[in-house]
Amino acid sequence: MDYASLSANLLLVSFVTYLVATGFFGGAVRKSTSEKAYQKSKFGTVGIWITIVGFIAHIGYFITRWIASGHAPVSNMFEFTTAFAMMLVGAFILLFFMYRTPSLGLFALPIAVIIISYATMFPRDITPLIPALKSKWLTIHVITAALGEAILAISAVAGLIYLIKNIDMSRRSKERMWIEVVMFTVVLVVGFVVSTISFNVAGYEAEFNYVDKDGRPAQVTYNNPPLFGMNEYELLTPDAMEPIASLPAIMNAKTLTTFTWSVLFGTIIYIILRLIFRRPLAAVVQPLTKKANSQLMDEIGYRSVLIGFPVFTLGALIFAMIWAHEAWSRFWGWDPKEVWALITWLFYAAFLHLRLSRGWEGKKSAWLAVIGFIIIMFNLIAVNLIIAGLHSYA
Amino acid sequence: MGNTIKCQCGHVNPEGTELCEACGRPLSEEAKERKIADMRYEGAARRSKTHNMSIIDKTWNFFSSVKVGVWIIIILLVTSAIGTLLPQKMYVAAQTEEEVAAYYELHYGVVGKVYHMLGFNDMYSSWWFKILVGMLGVSIIIASVDRVVPLYKSLKKQRTRRHPSFMKRQRIYGVGKVDHPEQSVEQSAEQFKKLKYNVKLEDGAMLAEKGRFSRWGPYVNHTGLIIFLAGILLRGLPGFYIDEEMWIREGERKAIPSAPGYYIESEGFTMEYYSKEEADEVFGEALDKAGMIAKNYQTDAILYKDKDGALPGTTELEEVKRHPIIVNEPLTYDGYSIFQMDYRLDELYSMTFSLNEKATGESLGQMTIQLDNPAPSYDLGNGVKVEILDYYSDYAGIKDGEPQNLSPVPNNPAFIFKMTTPETPKGETSFVAIRQTLETEENLYEMKFVAADTRDISGLVIRKDKTLWILLIGGIIFMIGVAQGSYWQHRRVWICTGDEGELILAGHTNKNWFGLMKEIDAVKEHVQLPPYEDREDIEKEEKERLKEQKGENE
Repeated sequence: MDYASLSANLLLVSFVTYLVATGFFGGAVRKSTSEKAYQKSKFGTVGIWITIVGFIAHIGYFITRWIASGHAPVSNMFEFTTAFAMMLVGAFILLFFMYRTPSLGLFALPIAVIIISYATMFPRDITPLIPALKSKWLTIHVITAALGEAILAISAVAGLIYLIKNIDMSRRSKERMWIEVVMFTVVLVVGFVVSTISFNVAGYEAEFNYVDKDGRPAQVTYNNPPLFGMNEYELLTPDAMEPIASLPAIMNAKTLTTFTWSVLFGTIIYIILRLIFRRPLAAVVQPLTKKANSQLMDEIGYRSVLIGFPVFTLGALIFAMIWAHEAWSRFWGWDPKEVWALITWLFYAAFLHLRLSRGWEGKKSAWLAVIGFIIIMFNLIAVNLIIAGLHSYA
Repeated sequence: MGNTIKCQCGHVNPEGTELCEACGRPLSEEAKERKIADMRYEGAARRSKTHNMSIIDKTWNFFSSVKVGVWIIIILLVTSAIGTLLPQKMYVAAQTEEEVAAYYELHYGVVGKVYHMLGFNDMYSSWWFKILVGMLGVSIIIASVDRVVPLYKSLKKQRTRRHPSFMKRQRIYGVGKVDHPEQSVEQSAEQFKKLKYNVKLEDGAMLAEKGRFSRWGPYVNHTGLIIFLAGILLRGLPGFYIDEEMWIREGERKAIPSAPGYYIESEGFTMEYYSKEEADEVFGEALDKAGMIAKNYQTDAILYKDKDGALPGTTELEEVKRHPIIVNEPLTYDGYSIFQMDYRLDELYSMTFSLNEKATGESLGQMTIQLDNPAPSYDLGNGVKVEILDYYSDYAGIKDGEPQNLSPVPNNPAFIFKMTTPETPKGETSFVAIRQTLETEENLYEMKFVAADTRDISGLVIRKDKTLWILLIGGIIFMIGVAQGSYWQHRRVWICTGDEGELILAGHTNKNWFGLMKEIDAVKEHVQLPPYEDREDIEKEEKERLKEQKGENE
């Protein structure tokens, strides 16, 4: 077997392994009667070892892909996102041995699984590097930035657990609504994955000619039924669906179509889940947080920001500036990706000031951690796909 | 000089001090009321809490507030985000202000019009954005100075023996009888030394302290940020920052803008794509899908410099450096960096024509015209001569009987030739453009296009940035400060004998109380100490109570 296919198989192994490990962490939470028993739980121990096996496979994927392509596998959306998930799991393993907390795994691993599934929706071909990416700084900058973001993401996982545990689900409240919005958003990502896979399996394809925003003719292929057509589109594939509406040239109708399908699928999945459980999803998962120690989650959330913030600063700002100076001749150019890295940095700076100087702990701090993660995801997803700039290599 | 407060211990404190700098006695009513002392700035008097009269005081107080600082951060964050909604001006293909305005309206409709009207399309160089960044800088400086000076003073002035009322107000506190109090104090000192504490002993009192430098972390990282911002300000001064672009054709040698005495020559521009044959097999699928993937953009350049000691006005040059400029690998010399940024392929360089007799098609000779510098006439021998009466490098049709020239760039060259042969000694004129020939009257001869030569143009950017090292130092100091403040803790333990022969123990740390208690417990294994407790709950209640009080006041 060559490295490229070995790499793909290893990723699949780690994906399945994480799912299995999640089950064991669930067992640790459900079966233990006391907090002590929960910390020492057999389920938890088995769970973490399975996680480690998955993590080793994940690292194996990373290394073999690196060997196959000859460059650090962080050069497009798929590669970056899987590396991000890998570091998230790595950070979780480290924290598990520090604090012995299976609850964290019960939430961190499914999130890693969702992130990997999301990543695999993008082209997985091993591509040669374009001139702008041929630099040792690709390895240094992207890996450090991903590591920083992964550590910061762990703080959001801890925050999420804290919130689900401590929000009163029996009473109508703003916080109960917002935590449900967060759950819904997670389901939307699942909706994106399910819709993409469904249409791929069905082999749906629709080709169009259209006129781009500079007035030039262009071509586009949809892999889902085209709800929205590009500017002045002309359908080339017979039997394909005729778009409901044509959008102006500045809007990417293809992206909007994919987004709409994700929302449709996500909403349907959400409604089905609500019909099955007859409760808000946050309330459904609340029992899973029962054993989590609130104070510990607060501590983990804060500590991961303390560690993640400098790593992020180094990777996403300092190394980024050094490379930008070398490749683009200026260390800062207000490119959307750069701006959003700055926004992330400013946000966590505010987080630390609020926590240290104004005593924002507990729920407030947990909400901030969750919002921070949303900003990071926005930079990863929306800035790459919607706000095109110099960084849109995906 | 402001007023002072004299403590019972004899130490004179500046006005506004909460806890005596020397012995720690609570001085203000509020501090006396508290069950656990507020140790954040050691209860030192901050300017912002004591002066509130003049405009300067009020400004100082405004900027020293963390709340204000956080608001500035949030506002900066939101405005930055708004600036990414639509592309910024510099990424828009429009030159004049009207064109820019039209671009936004054309592409983004009403939203674009409003966006442009509000100036959001040039967010980051707008005056309000600059003011915001300036305010953030001021806030960082004032908030830091307001805190670091009193903190430094009181940590320097702290006495080893603290008053029991101070000890009692610490979160970690224990009091009780031991067999030999004096001996316990001395033995603790030994033990804490083993744990790498700095220990001071003073008539039956001990202060063990470690990691004080972590208290300076926030101020160190703020200093780094200020240095960084100062570096950016410096770029506005002449000479610190050069940013120029130039286009250079293959074979050309040109003076480098803003770099007097330097010249650059392009030996050739190369652009390469990955090909399926050459590239690694694993890339096959990607290449099939994407079609063309760029591999390299490269300008082979030679850098020249005026020869030392050459007379002014002479053009004696010496070669300084030969270097292929590729993306990610600029040519650097003497603080200048030259980057490969852009290219234009296949600009017309020369055109070769043949002078033919129309009837027979027989050629009387060929001539090659250098398009950037055409000669006025070409002698083809045997009395055959071609003159160029007029040259239009970028011909754009005829308007009002006059051929129009758009630019000096040879995008679409056109000529008016005068052909003189022994047969036609008076000469015949003919207008020749690409795929077009016009004659005023029927000619015997014609200029027939034979071949064209093209060359590539490299777009280079020249930078000199003397502020880079300042920015780098700022960044490094920031990182050091963050690490210093985040990964070390300032721990202190006080142990002293009381008036009635009891032993009092108190401890404080700025974070990780668990770690501090572990160390006290380690000492306790060797030394007889009173039992102590962590009164975190009381501290929390205290905070709640104060918050409510504040709420009522507001």
